[in-house]
Amino acid sequence: MSIIVDEKTPVIVQGFTGRMGTFHAEEMIEYGTNLVGGTAPGKSSGGHLGLPVFDTVRDAVNETGAEASIVFVPPPFAADAIMEAADAGIRHCVCITDGIPAQDMMKVKRYMRTKRVEKRMTLMGPNCAGVISPGRALLGIMPGHIYAQGPVGIVGRSGTLGYEAASQLKALGVGVSTSVGIGGDPINGSSFTDHLKSFEQDPETSLVVIIGEIGGPQEAEAAAYARDHMHKRVVAYIAGLSAPKGRTMGHAGAIVTGVGESAAEKIEIMREAGVGIIERPSDFGAVISKML
Amino acid sequence: MDIHEYQAKALLAEYDVPIATGGLAYSPEQAAYRAKEIGGGQWVVKAQVHSGARGKAGGIRMCDSEDEVWEAADDLLGRRLVTDQTGPVGKGVYRLYVEPVVPFGTEIYLSMVLDRQSERIMLVMSGSGGMEIEEVAETDPDAIVRISIEPAVGLQAFQARAMAFACGLDAGLVSQAEQLLLGAYRAFRDLDATMLEINPLVVTEEGRLLALDAKMSFDDNALFRHQNVSELRDKSQEDPREMNAADRGLSYVGLDGNIGCIINGAGLAMATMDMIKHSGGEPANFLDIGGGASPDRVVKAFKLVLSDERVEAILVNIFAGINRCDWVAEGVVKAMTDLEVKVPVVARLSGTNVEEGRRILAESDVELITAETLAEAGEKAVAAVSWEAN
Repeated sequence: MSIIVDEKTPVIVQGFTGRMGTFHAEEMIEYGTNLVGGTAPGKSSGGHLGLPVFDTVRDAVNETGAEASIVFVPPPFAADAIMEAADAGIRHCVCITDGIPAQDMMKVKRYMRTKRVEKRMTLMGPNCAGVISPGRALLGIMPGHIYAQGPVGIVGRSGTLGYEAASQLKALGVGVSTSVGIGGDPINGSSFTDHLKSFEQDPETSLVVIIGEIGGPQEAEAAAYARDHMHKRVVAYIAGLSAPKGRTMGHAGAIVTGVGESAAEKIEIMREAGVGIIERPSDFGAVISKML
Repeated sequence: MDIHEYQAKALLAEYDVPIATGGLAYSPEQAAYRAKEIGGGQWVVKAQVHSGARGKAGGIRMCDSEDEVWEAADDLLGRRLVTDQTGPVGKGVYRLYVEPVVPFGTEIYLSMVLDRQSERIMLVMSGSGGMEIEEVAETDPDAIVRISIEPAVGLQAFQARAMAFACGLDAGLVSQAEQLLLGAYRAFRDLDATMLEINPLVVTEEGRLLALDAKMSFDDNALFRHQNVSELRDKSQEDPREMNAADRGLSYVGLDGNIGCIINGAGLAMATMDMIKHSGGEPANFLDIGGGASPDRVVKAFKLVLSDERVEAILVNIFAGINRCDWVAEGVVKAMTDLEVKVPVVARLSGTNVEEGRRILAESDVELITAETLAEAGEKAVAAVSWEAN
């Protein structure tokens, strides 16, 4: 088991024939992902990488039975692509695109909620590195070789900091069940809490790591969820202890604007909720390997 | 992106938000002429800078004659205005806005923000507006009312009326308030704003609502579809280094320390800064070189970091996914050769093509300190600074 994707999950790429879509589609196939095709409106007459290309996500779902998609569509059109996936019955969608207008994401979230709960799509991102279930499937852009297969679930905002954590674990012989990126935008698809719920249900995950950062309410919500509803242990690292208030640190969402949004406050909230704290970003491996 | 008060007012006026007739001035002569054009006997001269709290900082002057307008303008233009929000360097005053003084009674606070909790636009108002609104928020939070707006249908008239009543406005003003709020909401939504603040919104002695101040910020990611907004950018109000960085695909924020940072990814950049702090040092900057960084972009990153004279050591920390360590290594070698870097440089490379990257660094003639892990990188950078200091 793993969450979101495994080696059987049929996956399509939205924005399949573009430079980014092509490059990462090849990487995902290489990793063992069950890639079944992709979409590129108006280009359905030809194939791509030996796989079918469809005009619409609905066509792709009807023909291939795709359950997951990954979006490499440029920012002005990415929100539309996500809504198309939600409408076509895709269950899990990763959006890699960075730079989607916040109000577009507001619409996307509103649109996704119009679907019945049991048919509602889970969106990872935008502006994220995607999802990897090591040894099984890659629905993202992360370098596969830095992840070992194992019992640790990772959910984080940042791509490269997630790589750092996974490689520290691998260096100590510790593996990952699934690593999920939720992205650095102020309005994103799924939250830490959404994935904590899945990890709590996943028999192969025994411990979950939250990699949070300054800005927004989602780390605090996750802390409350972990305290009230989880039996598995949760540890967290929060980046941005040295970040000044009111300045955006790279991610559109990484800005302290309200009470409880600084790294120090989030760490305090996590600690009070019984979540283990990883103080230094160099200690992911050491702290987690001791807890297993 | 932030804009000036006079620009925000001009945008809002197109959406039926009532503003006073004002005039823009770049010189004392122009300011005095604007006062004459506007007429009346009392004017206010307002420094146009991208910051709030201008009044308390002396950026807003009341004048009783055209001569006083000239003098106020002469005094303000070219000066750097330091407010609670600008930091010690302040912001340069190059434009003034001249408006008639309008006698008023009640002051209302009005703002709209993108609320991350509800993932909706939130309208915030208070019947106790004015300069002390932050104090009101602390001492009397109930005096501030909020509603979040359903994005599919937008702000409704009944909600606007309810907010107006909650602010204690007289029944006779409520339909004006309704028009104003619906207009301000349309402006926020249509122009992809992230923040709108009208403080104060006043009730004039003649019984009209009037926006005396206006502030707006916009979503950088949406500027591609708002030519009219992106044209309002005023580079004189931006930090030159951050602006320089943004124009080169780099994300840079200047800080107060002495260890320059060159990192890929915002999260790893923040974590590396934290690591420096844990090791007893202070980061000089946040810098994310982004994905797919070419050797050239790495050189530009070095230039940018070195433009801060306080930098006494540089830490390069790259965990390559869609980046390539070999490209980064080439960039590091090129930067150190071309720019004659005199401060110690610590480099830590990981991920895609790491062997090739390390080989390039090892075989080059440049003198650098390499590190294998994040902890080692932080410690070596801090040690490099203290060694230099002794």
